[in-house]
Amino acid sequence: MKSLLLEVYRRPLGRASLFVLVALYLGALFAGFLATQPVNSQDLAHTYHPPTPIVWHDGGLAVPDYRMVDKSGPRYERTGEFHRLRFFAPGFEYRLLGLLPLQRHLVQPADPSAKVYLLGSDSTGRCVFSRLVYGSRVSLLIGLVGITITLFLGLLVGGLSGYFGGRIDFFAMRGVEFLMAIPSLYLLLALRSVLAPRFNSDQMFVVIVIILSLIGWAGAARVLRGMSLSLRRRQFVLAAESMGQSPLRILRLHILPNLASYLLVAATLSIPGYILGEAALSFLGLGIAEPASSWGLMLSQAQNIKIFMLNFWWLLTPGVAMFTTVIAFNLLGDVLRDIVDPRMKTR
Amino acid sequence: MLAFLLRRLLTLVPLLLGVTLLAFLLMWLAPGDFLTPMKMQRDIPADLIKQLEADFGLSRPWYVQYGYWLGNVLQLNLGYSWSFKVPVSDLIGSRLFSTFLLSLTSTLFAWVVAIPLGVLAAIYKDSIFDRASSFLAYAALSIPEFFLALLAVWFAAVTGWFPVGGATSIEYDYLSAGGQLLDRAYHLVLPTLVLGIGGVAGLMRVMRANFLDTIRAEYVQTARAKGVPEGVVMFKHVLRNAINPLISAFGFSFSGLLSGALIVEIVMNYPGLGNLIYQALLREDQFVVLASIMLSCVMLVLGNLVADLCLAWSDPRIRLENQE
Repeated sequence: MKSLLLEVYRRPLGRASLFVLVALYLGALFAGFLATQPVNSQDLAHTYHPPTPIVWHDGGLAVPDYRMVDKSGPRYERTGEFHRLRFFAPGFEYRLLGLLPLQRHLVQPADPSAKVYLLGSDSTGRCVFSRLVYGSRVSLLIGLVGITITLFLGLLVGGLSGYFGGRIDFFAMRGVEFLMAIPSLYLLLALRSVLAPRFNSDQMFVVIVIILSLIGWAGAARVLRGMSLSLRRRQFVLAAESMGQSPLRILRLHILPNLASYLLVAATLSIPGYILGEAALSFLGLGIAEPASSWGLMLSQAQNIKIFMLNFWWLLTPGVAMFTTVIAFNLLGDVLRDIVDPRMKTR
Repeated sequence: MLAFLLRRLLTLVPLLLGVTLLAFLLMWLAPGDFLTPMKMQRDIPADLIKQLEADFGLSRPWYVQYGYWLGNVLQLNLGYSWSFKVPVSDLIGSRLFSTFLLSLTSTLFAWVVAIPLGVLAAIYKDSIFDRASSFLAYAALSIPEFFLALLAVWFAAVTGWFPVGGATSIEYDYLSAGGQLLDRAYHLVLPTLVLGIGGVAGLMRVMRANFLDTIRAEYVQTARAKGVPEGVVMFKHVLRNAINPLISAFGFSFSGLLSGALIVEIVMNYPGLGNLIYQALLREDQFVVLASIMLSCVMLVLGNLVADLCLAWSDPRIRLENQE
């Protein structure tokens, strides 16, 4: 495991994707520390505020002050004033890692009445940057949790049906083919309409994870079945069998370790599917709901024609964040695959 | 050949039964039904609702309802849409055509662009062109489809070069036949690009890898040794062998295409089947959902079938009769 990490680190693409992912996960963990404003603090006097650049002013870093000049647009102009920024300064209260109550933030304006919008504000005057940082928690976590459940299910069904063969195998595989024949998003919508009313909006995250994993396991099960089918004939499995080990024990001790490298690569390469699935659901208004934040949800608010016409580009930044995350996972998966299985290398 | 076609079409039956049963069950499990919005309206008398409940057998167990529905479908009666107030068959025809058109154009776009690009990238391996196209393909595969659709809408709104949504203009009905065709094509450009670009990237990568694999085959070396011109070697020997896996992947790409079409249709306000399913699911318009899911499954299976036929046509080694 350690040598694998080192191997990834030795390759430039692997190193770059590792850096990006570590930075993203650290950002999600310390979202409260990075955010400049609470995730849901609205300010109707500052709707569609443009991003404030950080400039060097009067011997320190500062942000320019803006004044709304046209309410219908809305349009803003700089007033010529500046607000000094302070680092590790006290601001709104949050809980570090969900436990430790803290007030320190990376950046806060020295004047507590001033507002910093690093990436502008949305239709209700909420800070896009802060929501982006908080929203990353959903996207980054959903991939990890979803893939764990999926691989567990896939391993169970695929491994068992590959190991036992016969009737179990037949029915499991017909089920898998059936699931794979339905366009996934259709199934997603249908399952969501069944499950959602039974949970409240706080539990929505759980519902989405369940739905996505229920759909995703079929593909993994099929590949894992093929692999365990071929491992089944190997001598060490036959030996373990003749020694009288139970099937589950054989599966866990002899077959699973041989699938580990495939599982690792498959996991990395399928995480983007979960991130995009959650984003698509939230985007359609069927996933994470207000007042919580998620990248897909933020993008769904960017569907307003006014935003396109007036060029409020900062509302599209969640898409860029998603793109970065997905490409980092894809790159890492490719690098891992090259290391684990050099024959599969994409020349 | 005919036996193969028949056998494949027969596999549709259990698939359709399974899918509609699943959809029926899921919609039955979901709270409320398509009469719920009507019950909210005070001006609709309770008698009428009772009458409707009896007509559609809503108080019966779900499998009896499913049986009723199945019986109606077998008589080519797809039911009535409550939210659109028209028979489902009227509603679905035009939607099906729109989605089919969009899938067709984006598939065509993907193939027409991806294959030459993949071949060029393989022939000029490690050149700047190869690196740039690989990088772009990587980026295209990682960009969420709905984000791309949003960007396209933004682009259309800012430049005004393309319509912002819809499949036809307002004055569509008054245009001449040629004008109607042009109007449709004009509205299809952006959705096709958005939906097709993921396909371009995926196909290009596969094409390049296959081509590189095939270039090293011994018959290619033989052909070169015989003095066959390089162009003929590439197109007659390498390309024909490298393209086969792509054709069999074509069938699978259809499922992803339908899912992608759903999102793209919603964001770009394109009146297709995916858009319809989404709205019908939100309103629990049962018969619309069932009919559209059924039709999209048929489309999927037919797509797979066409892919198999194409494969048999392009690779004479494959005999359809011996499959399965």
